[in-house]
Amino acid sequence: MIRPHRNHPLWWAFALHRLSGLALAVFLPLHFLVLGTVLNGEAALDGILAWTDSGLVKLAEMGLVFFLALHMLGGLRLLALEFLPWRDWQASLAAVAGSLALVVSFAFLFNAI
Amino acid sequence: MKQGDKLAVRIWKGGADGGYTEFEAPLRANQTVLDVVTWIQRNRDPGLAYRFACRVGMCGSCAMTVNGKPRWTCRTHVSKVTQDSRLTIGPLRNLPIVKDLVCDMTVFFDKWQNARGRFQGRATRYDDIERIAPDTPARKAADAGIECINCAVCYAACDVVAWKPDYLGPAALNRAWTLQNDIRDTAQAERLAAVAGDAGCHSCHSQQGCTAHCPKSLNPTAAIAGLKRSVFQAVLRGEV
Repeated sequence: MIRPHRNHPLWWAFALHRLSGLALAVFLPLHFLVLGTVLNGEAALDGILAWTDSGLVKLAEMGLVFFLALHMLGGLRLLALEFLPWRDWQASLAAVAGSLALVVSFAFLFNAI
Repeated sequence: MKQGDKLAVRIWKGGADGGYTEFEAPLRANQTVLDVVTWIQRNRDPGLAYRFACRVGMCGSCAMTVNGKPRWTCRTHVSKVTQDSRLTIGPLRNLPIVKDLVCDMTVFFDKWQNARGRFQGRATRYDDIERIAPDTPARKAADAGIECINCAVCYAACDVVAWKPDYLGPAALNRAWTLQNDIRDTAQAERLAAVAGDAGCHSCHSQQGCTAHCPKSLNPTAAIAGLKRSVFQAVLRGEV
């Protein structure tokens, strides 16, 4: 269970930013590994690309796009916090970042299916 | 709530290796958490150690962890923090426990000094009192943070302090920022160097737990962001 002192919107924004960053760090080497299969001929890569057409993988890709968008928008939020004059609506900014990330990931899913 | 209702209270007893002891206390209208602790000490456990002084939210000595959150207990009504008449009261997080609900605040105040959280003026007793325009951006920034009562609630709420014990913490950095905006202060370069280090403002992860929990509704995260900008500008100018 989450500890009570952490249960506020901007701690959740921090936690999601950190988790999405870790998830992307885990994804990147796998991404390069897949791209690297082309070195063994295009058939190997095409086999994997055919596998990514399945619905479950598309759903997982949507999660990936969500994490990517969330991490980028969350990063922009933090840059604004640190480099621009202070604004009191920090929780709203985090909510906007999260909502936009959801919109982007659903746009990806509807485009993919 | 009616006459005779009871509160079930768990209170931390002992040092770091202590544990919670259960007490029963009367539930009363408009009762604060500090009232409950005082009732238990006077009626159930005379050996219970806790701190308070002013009881009106000025001195900053009565902060404790109440149902998992750091709070000033003298101005926290029981009705605000529990719906089921249960209270768990412990010492503040991130500080060594002396006994029961009393923490050793030494490291907290040492960090104020490490952040150069003391005013250094240039005027002498023979100078006139300096006139300070209240509506300049710098004075507004200083005014926004000067009501700190040193209660250490922000320090207890901060995860970075828990993860990195050297971190100066939100209260000390907030204090540093108010002085950086005080045009009478003459130690601004030294203070900026003091907060620019590894234990300083750049360790903040902007979780904003300090701001969420500050009983005075101050905003240490905004102060720390201000310090980060000042350090960045000083680095560009080659001053830090």
